[in-house]
Amino acid sequence: MSKFGLITKGLLKENPTFVLVLGMCPTLATTTSAMNGLEMGLATMFVLILSNIVISLIAPVVPDKVHIPVYIVVIATFVTLLQLLMQAYTPDVYETLGLFIPLIVVNCIVLGRAEAFASKNSVGDSALDGIGIGIGFTLTLTVIGMVREILGSGSIFGWKFIPGDGILAFVMAPGAFLVLGYLMVLFNKLAKR
Amino acid sequence: MAAKSNLKNMVLSLTLVCLVCSALLGGVYALTAEPIRQAEEAKVAASIARVLPPFEAQPQLESVLVDDEAYSYYRVPGAGYAVLSTVVGFGGPLSLMVGIDENGIVVNTVVLSHSETPGLGAKCTTDELFIDQFQGWNPAEKKLSVIKDGGDVDAITASTITSRAYAKAIDNAVKVYSKLTENE
Repeated sequence: MSKFGLITKGLLKENPTFVLVLGMCPTLATTTSAMNGLEMGLATMFVLILSNIVISLIAPVVPDKVHIPVYIVVIATFVTLLQLLMQAYTPDVYETLGLFIPLIVVNCIVLGRAEAFASKNSVGDSALDGIGIGIGFTLTLTVIGMVREILGSGSIFGWKFIPGDGILAFVMAPGAFLVLGYLMVLFNKLAKR
Repeated sequence: MAAKSNLKNMVLSLTLVCLVCSALLGGVYALTAEPIRQAEEAKVAASIARVLPPFEAQPQLESVLVDDEAYSYYRVPGAGYAVLSTVVGFGGPLSLMVGIDENGIVVNTVVLSHSETPGLGAKCTTDELFIDQFQGWNPAEKKLSVIKDGGDVDAITASTITSRAYAKAIDNAVKVYSKLTENE
């Protein structure tokens, strides 16, 4: 696969949300607004790229029977690192995403890429894979967040264009499932062409 | 390819990975401890500045027991008290900082954390009509409970439980204030 293909496959062919259907918990929970979705996507991308790089480096020397614990330790390290950095330098973002940052550790996308890609490929390719899947995840979360924010609060990226409230259900959990479902249908229909 | 999965290799590789990771985290923790403390302090200072009239003194964190419950508050000489008050809202704990000046008048309130329903109870952080009614509230004259319960607090539409909790939190803060000033 070409280097360019490694990045673009995360957008379409292996879109983590719509095609692989991984990492649903943060997808549903954090996309109450476009900004929240974007921030969550970027946080996951940070962990994804770094863990992919490190895991592709150490994979050849890690004994098979303990490779999962080793990968989890590596991922958890980067997540905690991210958490500390966010707490220190972007306390506002940390406050909105709070609980969901530590949960990146158990996000299937991160471990999934480590297992399926980083452990079998070169460092450079793994980094590109991390960037590609990360961009795909970030964009998807932002789009879901945008739709929910437009319908639910009548605003986009915090900029209000309809005074008053939107359809509240879209900000709450049911709206997350509805938007995700319909976007998935739309995405797969368009992607098939 | 991968090293053999014998006991020695497994123990060795896990130990090594854990050692390196904890060393890295320890280092980052040491580096970020100071900025994190500063960020938290800045947040508290900003909240105090919002709920009390302008002051120059350094706020002092103290605590007091009222009705068997411990309350923390910031004593600001010359301005009043910023009381931290947590009650159970609709979706979980609702934490407020309530500023009360030296005459016992509520200056302002600010929500520190909440888990109310977005678009309904969560409006207690943005609904100016609701929040601003507490500015200059004199607990001696007006009752801190919602109109439905026979008080004077105008509740947020469709969020009576949140409004009730909000009023209760302020009421508790007023009790803390009374306790603090009863001997003066």
